[in-house]
Amino acid sequence: MRSITKTFPGVVANDRIDFVVEKGEIHGLLGENGAGKTVLMNILYGLYKPDDGKILVDGKEVEIDSPRAALELGIGMVHQHFMVVPSLTVVENIVLGREPAKNRILLDSDKALKDVKDFSDRYKLEVDLKAPIHSLPVGVQQRVEILKALYRGADVLILDEPTSVLTPQEVQELFKAIQALKQQGKTVIFISHKLREVLAICDRITVLRRGRVVETVKVEETHLGELAKLMVGREVHFRFDKEQPENQKVVLRVENVEAVDDRGLPALKGISFDVRSCEILGIAGVEGNGQTELVEALAGLRKIIAGKILLDDIDVTKASPSKRMQLGTSIVPEDRHKRGLILGFSVMENLILGSHDKPPFATNFVRINIEEASSYAKRLIEEFSIKTPDKDTLAQNLSGGTQQRVVLAREFSRNPKLIVASQPTRGLDVGATEYVRGKLVEMRNHGCAVLLISADLDEIWALSDRIAVMYEGRIVAVKDLGKTNESELGLLMAGGKLD
Amino acid sequence: MTEQKKKLNLQVGRLFRRFLSELKAAVPKIVPQAIAIALAFVVGAVTLILTGYSPLEAYAAMLTGAFGDTFGIGQTFTQATPIIFTALAFLFAYKCGLFNIGAEGQFLFGAFVAAVIGISFSGLPSFLHVPLALLAGALAGGMWGFIPAVLKARLGAHEVITTMMLSYVALYVTSYMVNYPFKAPGWVAQTVPIAPSAELPRILPPTQLSASILIAFLLAGLTRYTLCRTTIGYEVRAIGLSPSVAESGGISIRKGIILALTISGAMAGLGGAGEVLGVHYRFIEGFSPGYGWDGLAVALVGGLNPAGILLASVLFGALRSGGMTMTRTMHIPLDIVSILQALVILFVAAPKLIKYLLKKGGVKWWNL
Repeated sequence: MRSITKTFPGVVANDRIDFVVEKGEIHGLLGENGAGKTVLMNILYGLYKPDDGKILVDGKEVEIDSPRAALELGIGMVHQHFMVVPSLTVVENIVLGREPAKNRILLDSDKALKDVKDFSDRYKLEVDLKAPIHSLPVGVQQRVEILKALYRGADVLILDEPTSVLTPQEVQELFKAIQALKQQGKTVIFISHKLREVLAICDRITVLRRGRVVETVKVEETHLGELAKLMVGREVHFRFDKEQPENQKVVLRVENVEAVDDRGLPALKGISFDVRSCEILGIAGVEGNGQTELVEALAGLRKIIAGKILLDDIDVTKASPSKRMQLGTSIVPEDRHKRGLILGFSVMENLILGSHDKPPFATNFVRINIEEASSYAKRLIEEFSIKTPDKDTLAQNLSGGTQQRVVLAREFSRNPKLIVASQPTRGLDVGATEYVRGKLVEMRNHGCAVLLISADLDEIWALSDRIAVMYEGRIVAVKDLGKTNESELGLLMAGGKLD
Repeated sequence: MTEQKKKLNLQVGRLFRRFLSELKAAVPKIVPQAIAIALAFVVGAVTLILTGYSPLEAYAAMLTGAFGDTFGIGQTFTQATPIIFTALAFLFAYKCGLFNIGAEGQFLFGAFVAAVIGISFSGLPSFLHVPLALLAGALAGGMWGFIPAVLKARLGAHEVITTMMLSYVALYVTSYMVNYPFKAPGWVAQTVPIAPSAELPRILPPTQLSASILIAFLLAGLTRYTLCRTTIGYEVRAIGLSPSVAESGGISIRKGIILALTISGAMAGLGGAGEVLGVHYRFIEGFSPGYGWDGLAVALVGGLNPAGILLASVLFGALRSGGMTMTRTMHIPLDIVSILQALVILFVAAPKLIKYLLKKGGVKWWNL
C-alpha cells in the first residue's frame, strides 16, 4: 500500500501511509486506538475508499472497492465485532454466500459439511460444525470467522484485534492456528495494540501513531520497551500506588447466590463473598464461568433464584437496577455496546443515563434541564479527558477507548460506594488501559469497594488487594495478594484442586 | 443604540444563527426526500403521457388546485390534518422501537368516541364540550394503543400483529355501532350530528379547514419537545436505540413500551376526534380513506421527525386536494394521485437509489 491517505470530517485517519506485507509472513500492525490501524485495513478490504494512494497486489496496481473485490484478490478479514448469523450453524455460516448446491438450487449440506471439515482439519481449527453459532463461546466464533475467510479463498488474512475477546488459553490456541496458517503459505496481518502478543507471534511489525507509520521493525531486532515507546510516543507505567486503608467495612455481601443463564442452565451455583471499602477484589477466571451472570445479578438485571445480596447492610436482592444505582452501585459492563452506551445517543445523553430522571437533570417531573445536563457533561468531558469534538457528538463516532471513558465518567461520577468493573480494559490500548486502571485504584483510595472481574490475569495481579477465583459458577478460592502466585491461580482457574 | 436594543439585537441574532444551523443540519435530510419526490413526479409524468394526458397541464391543474386560491389551500390543509396526527403517532412509537401500524384503528376509535361525547351532552359550554370530546377521543385511541402495549410488555406479543388486528376490530366495531345502536335515521350509516357546542371552529370559511390543524401543529411541536427535552422522550428513545443498555441504565422497558404505544394511540385518537368535531360533525362509516396507513407513509417520507412530517403531510394533502381539482377540470382519473403517492413512498423507501444518483451527479453525500 503506497501513500494511503484517508480523512474523515475533522480527522486524518491515515496520513500518507506506506505499508508493505511480504508473502508468507505474519505482519503485526501495532498502534493505539485511533492510530488508524483498522481504517487502513478497511481500505485494504474494500470497506473504505482512500482519498489518495495506491494499493498493489503482487506488484500490480489494483482497485478494491468492495469486500467482494478484496476476496477475489485473496484478501480476507476477520473483524473485531463478528459478522455471523447467530441462529445458523457453523457450517451454514461458513458456506453462506457460496453454498454448494445440488441441482443448482438445493443446499448440499453433506458436501458443505465435508468441505468445511477438510478446511478445519487442514488448518487445525477445530469447531463443532453442527452447533448453532449463538451457543458457542467467543473464541470459537472467531475460529468460525477465520474459517469463513479461508473458505472464500483468502491468502492474506487480516485479523483485527483478534485477541481482545479471548481468554489466555484461547489466545494460545489462536496463535497455534496462525502458525499453522503460515506453514500453509498464508499471509497474516495481525492488528493489535498488545505488545507481548505482537512480539510473540509476528515476523515483522509496523507501528502506527496518529495516522502515520512510525517505523517497521523486525521482531528479533526490537523489544517491549522500544515498541511501547514507538507506539505511545512516551514511557508507559504499569504499576500503581495504593494507599493503605483504615477502618475498612463490608460494602457488598453476596450470600449463596444462585442464578441461571439465558438458556436456563445453572450459571451461579451458590456464590458467597464480601467486598470491603478501600479494597479491590479481583475475580479471576476463564470467561464463561458465570462472570457475566454475576455482574448482571449484581446490577439487578438478572433474577437470582436463591441467596441474598446486601449493599451496606441493605438487602437489595429484589431491588431494581435504578434502585441499586441510587444506593451506590456503579457498573462498568463488559460489553460497552450491549450494556454500557447507547451508540445513537450523544455523549451528553449517555453521561446522564440513569440520572436523567433525578434532580438536578429532571425538573417538574418530566422536563430535562438541558443547561444543567450540558454543564455536567462539559465538566465530565474535561475531568475524564474524553476526546470528543463536543458533547453532542454521537457515541458511535468515538473510538473504543473514548467510549470507555464515557462509561467510566458516568459511573464514577455518581458517587458510588461499590464499583463493579467487568473486563474494564478489554479492547483498549496501552494508554487507555493505564488510565482506566489508574482510575479504579483512585476510586479505591477514595474509599470505594471495587469488584474487578477480568480474564486478564496481569490486570487482576496489578490491581487487586484480594483475589477470588471463579470456576463453573463457584468461587473456588479467595486469596490475599501476597499469599498466592500465578501458577496457583492458573491451576485454580482451570478447575484444578489445591492439595 | 440603547442597551435594550442591543440586547434584543443580540437575541435576534442568536435565534437567527440557531435557525440557520438547524436549517443547515436539515439539508442532508431534506435533499434526498426532495429528490425522491421529484423522481415520483417524473415517473408520474411518464404515466400520464402513456395514458394520453399532458403532464404539464395536469400538474399545473394540480398545483393551482392545491395552492391557487383560498379554497384550494383550505382543502390542502384539511386533507393534511388527519395525516399529521397519524404520522406523529407512528413516529412516537417508532422512536421506542415499536411499529404501530394500527393507527387507523386508534384513529377510528377516537373519532367514534368523540362523536358519542359530542352527541351525548347538550347545554355544555363550548370551552368545556370541545376539550372533553377531544380528550375522550385521545383516551379512546390511547386505550387502543394500551392493549397491544400491555400484550407486548407482558407477553411479548409482537405489536405489528396486535395493532393491525386491533385495527380491524376497531373498524368493524365502529361500523356495527353506526349501523345499529348509534345509527341516525336514514340510509347512511352515520351517527346523528354532534351538538353545536362540541364543534371545532372553522378557521378558513368556506373551506372545511378547522382548528384541528392548529392542534396538529401544536402536537408536532409538543412531540419534538417531548422526545428531546423530557425524561419520557429520553427513555423512549433510549429503549428504541438499545433496550439492553436502557435497561442497564435503570430504565423500565415495560413502562417505556406501554407509555410509548399508549401515547401513540392517543395521538391517532386525537386526530380522529378532530375530524369528527371539525370536519364531518358526526361519525360516518368509512369516512377515513386510510388516514392511519397514510400516516405511516408520511412519517417515512417526512424523515421520521416532526418538522418533516408537517411538510410531508402538506404534500400529501396537496396531492389529494389538487388531484380533485385536476379530475374536475381535466377529467383525469383520481387514481393518478394514488399512483403519485405510491411513487413518492417507493422512492423515499429507496435511499440507496437516491444516494447513487447524488453520487453520479458528483455531489458528495456527506457534504450536503
